[in-house]
Amino acid sequence: MYPIVKKRKLADKIFLMDVKAPRVARSCLPGQFVIVKMDEEGERIPLTICDYDQEAGTVTIVFQIVGASTQRMETLEEGDVFQDFVGPLGCASELTETPVEELKQKKIVFIAGGVGTAPVYPQVKWLHEQGVSCDVIMGSKTKDLLILEEEMRAVAGNLHVTTDDGSYGFHGMGTNQLEELVQNGNTYDLCIAIGPMIMMKFVCLLTKKLEIPTIVSLNPTMVDGTGMCGACRVTVGDQVKFACVDGPEFDGHLVDFDQAMKRQQMYKTEEGRSMLKLTEGDTHHGGCGHCGGDR
Amino acid sequence: MDVWKKVPVREQEPQVRATNFEEVCLGYNKEEAMEEAERCLNCKNAQCVKGCPVAIDIPGFVGQIKEGRFEEAYQTISKSSALPAVCGRVCPQESQCEGKCVRGVKGEPVSIGKLERFTADWARENNIKPQPATEKKDHKVAVIGSGPAGLTCAGDLAKMGYDVTIFEALHEPGGVLIYGIPEFRLPKNDVVAKEIENVKSLGVKIETNVVIGKAGTIDELMEEEGFEAVFIGSGAGLPRFMGIPGEQANGVFSANEFLTRNNLMKAFKEEYDTPIMKGKKVAVVGGGNVAMDAARTALRLGAEVHVVYRRSEAELPARVEEVHHAKEEGIIFDLLTNPVEILVDDNGWVRGMTCIRMELGEPDESGRRSPVEIPGSEFDLDLDTVIMSLGTSPNPLISSTTKGLDVNRRKCIVAEEENGATSKPGVFAGGDAVTGAATVILAMGAGKAAAKGIDEYLSGK
Repeated sequence: MYPIVKKRKLADKIFLMDVKAPRVARSCLPGQFVIVKMDEEGERIPLTICDYDQEAGTVTIVFQIVGASTQRMETLEEGDVFQDFVGPLGCASELTETPVEELKQKKIVFIAGGVGTAPVYPQVKWLHEQGVSCDVIMGSKTKDLLILEEEMRAVAGNLHVTTDDGSYGFHGMGTNQLEELVQNGNTYDLCIAIGPMIMMKFVCLLTKKLEIPTIVSLNPTMVDGTGMCGACRVTVGDQVKFACVDGPEFDGHLVDFDQAMKRQQMYKTEEGRSMLKLTEGDTHHGGCGHCGGDR
Repeated sequence: MDVWKKVPVREQEPQVRATNFEEVCLGYNKEEAMEEAERCLNCKNAQCVKGCPVAIDIPGFVGQIKEGRFEEAYQTISKSSALPAVCGRVCPQESQCEGKCVRGVKGEPVSIGKLERFTADWARENNIKPQPATEKKDHKVAVIGSGPAGLTCAGDLAKMGYDVTIFEALHEPGGVLIYGIPEFRLPKNDVVAKEIENVKSLGVKIETNVVIGKAGTIDELMEEEGFEAVFIGSGAGLPRFMGIPGEQANGVFSANEFLTRNNLMKAFKEEYDTPIMKGKKVAVVGGGNVAMDAARTALRLGAEVHVVYRRSEAELPARVEEVHHAKEEGIIFDLLTNPVEILVDDNGWVRGMTCIRMELGEPDESGRRSPVEIPGSEFDLDLDTVIMSLGTSPNPLISSTTKGLDVNRRKCIVAEEENGATSKPGVFAGGDAVTGAATVILAMGAGKAAAKGIDEYLSGK
């Protein structure tokens, strides 16, 4: 069992939890992820690691309520436990394997979209600890949905905040902000973009044009997260890769985003059905075809 | 009683069982078991024992059943096997113990598997446990993987008095017994979980949710956590795909994913959160036991199911009993047929599969007739789901993170057959991680051999 030692609401439907998992905390590096399962009936959900504390033996996760399982997860409070919490999974960010001197020569820009700010944070923090300064663009739909701004400001070289509706910071998307920065004479050797699949796709279209090598962190459907099922397979270049073991980070200019987005939709109706069942509870006899209520 | 024939075993009716996940075979009761045991000739030089990879004293335990001494029969089996309730259910007995039984020369062999199963089930129902070690040894051994190889190795080492910890990557121990083989062949709570409890009752500790190679390495276990020997029983869990067009479409699954969702995550049960694609018309590509399991699972979820296999019925690698059960339940076999492309609709979903007819060519050097395409025989199957069951290979995670561990070109760990020793001192391996995908009982045999190897290694230290 893995106790929740801290829970914090970051924004509407977005939560942070520190979970005690010493084996995971001891080995994890930026870029990796965990899989959590809240109880016997729960499903295995992949979540990126937002932070970790080796001494306290804790790992920080951030999740957004998007379906029945994450909604159920929100009911967990400090002192409650996750039945299962496994990791670190996936490959660490390539940055962690690059010599620091080399990193210091590079101009790196991160683009974080929405909850994607959570997995960007440990990478920026890690670079900061190595004495490497980088630019960070973090964006959300609106001011209320911004997360981890203070934390990010403490470790980023230059932080650019954007909102789609202009309610705070730069009015526009991360891609618009990057274009402006480049127009203003900034040059970048590497871009790392993490966020919704559609956002990463558009970042890659732009950086291809700008000729900035780009790394993305993919978030396909996963089951085991250890390479035994292929649910998370994606096409990168002309090769089929399993995101859970070969990734989750890949060369964004080689990823087949359209295919990846279609595959993400695979369980959409199933997810909708279980969400409906949860929200309507005993009153749910709507004939969704899943619960037998229509039979 | 007809001594030439096995005492028939009770089964669920095909039409009934095709709609549920309850166990198909109901097993013998006491009277049936004792009657079947009577058929054993108690051979002096028993061939059946030679056919068993863990060399159970078969005439011994069958003789005890004959006299109604079921507890003794269980202890006789337990000397050689840690998982009798599992093996009695899933071993391919026709090519092992029963394949060698002299009764089988003129009639049907003794139903050794069903008798083993009866004994283990009886022991469980009567709360009989295997006997733990009386003397403890002051040596810590780590076992990587809690499948049949790891459980057997751990059980044997614990019986010798070693302090054993199993590290398992998934949230439940059992390996393929939990995620692969379906409930209707091998009940999880009633059989697998209880058998794992028995291994724990010998003193074995099991840590789940630990992926060795990610959350620490074998080198760290040995250098920092004080484990003097390690057994790798991490299996062959990496699925293969065909590499044909359309394979990334929605609705194409590896058998591992499909079975894991259903068996480990219990997607077939209403109250569990994990979804599964139920499919109306499903093709399972492949002809092994895993293909049969996937096909029969899809059928129980309500689909029309085709098994697409490139050779003919005689070459099906699945157990005869499984093929027979699948046919009884209404699975359609499209034999001498091979997929060439998966057809995808505009939204990225499977809508069908183009296949080509095959014929068997001349036998090659190994005597096996390879299938050859018949030109121009392509045809389309309408489908909404395709399950690829083409076999698996070892996951490179452990071999790539352990210093000095040799693997062969198929990424299998190189280990001695008689004691499981690898190229790295103190590290032993066995089961599918060494052989590539094989059977439960062969993995158990390898776990057993490695336990002996580890005992010799640590005793000589």
